[in-house]
Amino acid sequence: MRQAKDAVLRGLLWASALVSIGVLLLIVGFIFYKGIGYISFDFIFGDYSPTGGGGILPMIVTTIYTIIISLVIATPLGILAAVYLQEYAKQGRLVNIIRFATESLTGIPSIIYGLFGAVFFVATLKLGMSILAASLTLTIIVLPVIIRTTEEALKTVPQSYREGSLALGTTKLQTLYKVILPSAMPGILSGIILSIGRIVGESAAIFLTAGTVAAMPDSIFSSARTLTVHSYLVTQESGDIGLAAAVGIVLIVLIFFINMTATFISKKLNKADF
Amino acid sequence: MKVLKKTWLSAAIASSFVLAACSDGQQADQATSGDGETIAISGSTSVGPLAEKLAAKYETDVNVNIEVNQIGSSAGITNAMNGVSDIGMSSRDLKEEEKEAVEEVVIAYDGIVVVTHPSNSVKDVTMEQVKQIFTGEITNWKQLGGDDLEIVVVSREDGSGSRDAFQEIVGYSSGELIRNAIVASGNGNIKTTVATNKHAIGFISFEYIDETIGTLNINGVAPTADNVLNNSYALARPFLFVHQAGLHEAGEQFIDFILSSEGQDIVEEAGAIRLD
Amino acid sequence: MDTTHTDMTKANKRKYALEKFSSKLFLVCALLSVFSLVLIVGFVFYKGATPFVSGEYSFINFLFASDWVPSEDKFGIWPMIVASLYATIGALVIGVPVGLFTAIFLAEIAPKSVAKILSPAIQLLAGIPSVLYGVFGLAIIVPFLQNNLGLARGQSLIAVIIVLAIMMLPTIVTVSETAIRAVPKAYREGSLALGASQIGTIFKVIVPAAKSGILAAVVLGLGRAIGETMAVILVAGNALIVPTSLTDSVRPLTTNIALEMGYAAGTHQEMLFATGIVLFSFILILNFVLSKLSKGGQ
Repeated sequence: MRQAKDAVLRGLLWASALVSIGVLLLIVGFIFYKGIGYISFDFIFGDYSPTGGGGILPMIVTTIYTIIISLVIATPLGILAAVYLQEYAKQGRLVNIIRFATESLTGIPSIIYGLFGAVFFVATLKLGMSILAASLTLTIIVLPVIIRTTEEALKTVPQSYREGSLALGTTKLQTLYKVILPSAMPGILSGIILSIGRIVGESAAIFLTAGTVAAMPDSIFSSARTLTVHSYLVTQESGDIGLAAAVGIVLIVLIFFINMTATFISKKLNKADF
Repeated sequence: MKVLKKTWLSAAIASSFVLAACSDGQQADQATSGDGETIAISGSTSVGPLAEKLAAKYETDVNVNIEVNQIGSSAGITNAMNGVSDIGMSSRDLKEEEKEAVEEVVIAYDGIVVVTHPSNSVKDVTMEQVKQIFTGEITNWKQLGGDDLEIVVVSREDGSGSRDAFQEIVGYSSGELIRNAIVASGNGNIKTTVATNKHAIGFISFEYIDETIGTLNINGVAPTADNVLNNSYALARPFLFVHQAGLHEAGEQFIDFILSSEGQDIVEEAGAIRLD
Repeated sequence: MDTTHTDMTKANKRKYALEKFSSKLFLVCALLSVFSLVLIVGFVFYKGATPFVSGEYSFINFLFASDWVPSEDKFGIWPMIVASLYATIGALVIGVPVGLFTAIFLAEIAPKSVAKILSPAIQLLAGIPSVLYGVFGLAIIVPFLQNNLGLARGQSLIAVIIVLAIMMLPTIVTVSETAIRAVPKAYREGSLALGASQIGTIFKVIVPAAKSGILAAVVLGLGRAIGETMAVILVAGNALIVPTSLTDSVRPLTTNIALEMGYAAGTHQEMLFATGIVLFSFILILNFVLSKLSKGGQ
């Protein structure tokens, strides 16, 4: 009886694993199968054309814009916030409130960020539907990610580093940026890279704040579409699954490299340091 | 530790690049706003593809930058009224209060075609039947002489100019639309939904007609440009550009271009109906 | 001697001022996330509450009426609440067991060499833009439902559930696998030494020990499912009925916002913010319940 039950459970474990791995393989396979025919030099580096054909360079440029702007703002803010929480603050009510806020921000669905961005950045601050409005919305989305990972990284810096440095007569600030931050660098970098992944994958919040203009943005005040939004819109508007899948391939390859870089950096730096 | 210093250095270099890139972008922006102005256009997804084609042609000849955002007629008109966009695109007639706030220019005419799956044997319906289908009185293709299949109604979203125009001509209100209608947020979306579902019926702009979908005659009249012009095909509406009084010169010139015979050729190529 | 002394105090003073300034600066940065949260919640609630505070509309009606016709001033989101609930529960019912069992398989049963390839691959899939899951759903699942199962509408509740379940799999697998691997070896060895089978050990000892991590995985998966928007628009059909079967087209809360936000103005726009409030409250309640559950279990 017990053996029979074990066998059934074991079968279920195998079946579940096969199903989930099978389905996930199917999705990646589907995207590559449908999209690979569209991939060419002209597709990736060509300008978009509304009359059909043409490339996705404007969307790639827009995606890069959003990544750079949101990280330029979110990275210093996030790192400094984490430094405060880990190195300066006395544990207490204020820290609890900040932690609660950071955690809550992580749990808010991106469509709510989109709603907020569409009214606050786009309308109230009069940025219009623009790369800048989308990037500022994304800044708030990735801020908790950077704070969290930086905090974790700071926690792993041995206490003896701090004590040793302070004992040598350096100030807290000097210790911070000569000793603590450099040792926490791998963790911080992987947090930044995670954020890039989050920005690249985001759709709803960008859709409502950057608009859908399919053209090369000429400044950060232009309305434009990122790769992910483009993939959504070609599916939605023209039903062109092949094209959407081709954009999907670019996205998957991008995410793959982002993840590889994160792993590589944290491994390499860990080895160098410890 | 040496490695770490290097990382810091490269991080610093990277960030200075970033900053340089940012300031470059701003300079470039100032430069373009000196030469070519930006014309911000938003609104109807039916007018949008036509506007994009017109803009693409116009931009090769004149140094302007035209942004076309397809967000639906009502939103486009609102944007034009409160100045978010220079020009709003509408695929329905303006309401009274809208007429007071903005000026309208008819840039083309367009027909709305009722579409089904290409395999559907029903090819001809009356206007009354269209109404009955969209309000849920007729629910099976059998009732129209077709196969015994449930009818799946596909409609545009509330706020779409095509939907407003369609409902007004056919004669039903948003509240009367059959509840389980699939709501698709664009002409293209309706087309693909209908093209892949043999139960489905929907309506799209003439511009989107191709061989992936079947088209229905209304009261025996085929959906063609000629039939719209001789008033025998009733499902037609104007494509409007709306703007506040005192539109900047770049915008006026773009509208003049559209109304020229060269612009109207593009209108015709795009599948819409020219004015002349 | 005297001058160097004053120089030193000056330098020290400057150092001290810098220290003080920087700690203030760090505090400001940390408070920024509080500020953002307050701003977002404040904005969404302020905007969303306006039509009800003015007394023009009743919030109860908004929640429980089933007519949503913005052009006729009718705003009832009951169909969307039901749709969101069904879709989320359905996705959990499929995604959680399959994901958890896959995690157990990878951590406990699969040969190490296999797990070493599969685990990172699945982790990678957690990072794929969710829109692509929607594209897959529209291109494969919807036609399959129509052509092979004879549904009139492929865009349906069941399509949404399948897409969401697949989408949450990588998250659930990755997080629960980590939790299972973190269970101390001694538990496993002790149980096996007492004569329990491998399967018995897994389900009676290891899974209960990893319970809080697994719950965290469920919470994360749930968050993704209920908040997902663009992938869902593509496969939901967005019809405004209270779903009574898996084959009905549905419009979850998130889709309603994304579908209509583009052109909504005035009261209509405020009602979309109110939809946002409901979505927000949903997530708060679910997280609260699940955190209670995990605490109660410990």
